[in-house]
Amino acid sequence: MFVVAMVGIVITMLLALSRAVLGPSVFDRLVAVNMFGTKTVLLIVVSGFLVGRPEWIDLALLYTLVNFVGTIAVCRFVRFGNLALDTIRRGESAGGSEGGA
Amino acid sequence: MSLVLELLAWTLIVLGSLFCIVGGLGIVRFPDFYTRVHGAGVTDSLGATLVLSGCILEAGFGQITFKLLLVLFALLITSPTATHALVKAAYAGGLKLDIPRPETVRDPDDASAGPEVGVSLRPGLRFEDDHD
Repeated sequence: MFVVAMVGIVITMLLALSRAVLGPSVFDRLVAVNMFGTKTVLLIVVSGFLVGRPEWIDLALLYTLVNFVGTIAVCRFVRFGNLALDTIRRGESAGGSEGGA
Repeated sequence: MSLVLELLAWTLIVLGSLFCIVGGLGIVRFPDFYTRVHGAGVTDSLGATLVLSGCILEAGFGQITFKLLLVLFALLITSPTATHALVKAAYAGGLKLDIPRPETVRDPDDASAGPEVGVSLRPGLRFEDDHD
């Protein structure tokens, strides 16, 4: 049963990887990488059950959180080209209003 | 009873991996980004939920089940959020739809169109806008 799930998950990971390689835009690649991360979590859980060491679920939980933070960070970086834009823009707008006045 | 649980776990896990493969095919075969997100969403929510539910049934009641529920909860919170942020970033970044607009869609700003019956886009959602 777990072997079937692992085969399905690995096939899905390969498909997502092919989209990450082919994808015309950055966002296609990002969606594919995000999906790859989710499938990694599932693969860790299922392989832990397969080997008989379900303690690996802790690793899966860690991968979930790291995947989320990584996707959001890369999104933000692609959108703004900078991970600290808020502080920079706030400083700029304050300077601009002073200049206008 | 044990056999029933085993059978149910089997069904859930196989269904989950099937949905994963379907979503993977979707992300490869769909024509543009906004449709590919749909394929990714299927695997993120439905496939992961089914596979983890099967594992929960297999694990029985205990610490492992609690951890699996924790993983499921974290996945169900984070992956739609990540997808939403991604699509918003793509839309704000000016990524255009690649598929042609259907004929029934009218421009919401076009007053001469009148109260035409048909699919209308939400006001403010225009694909021809270029975002700065």
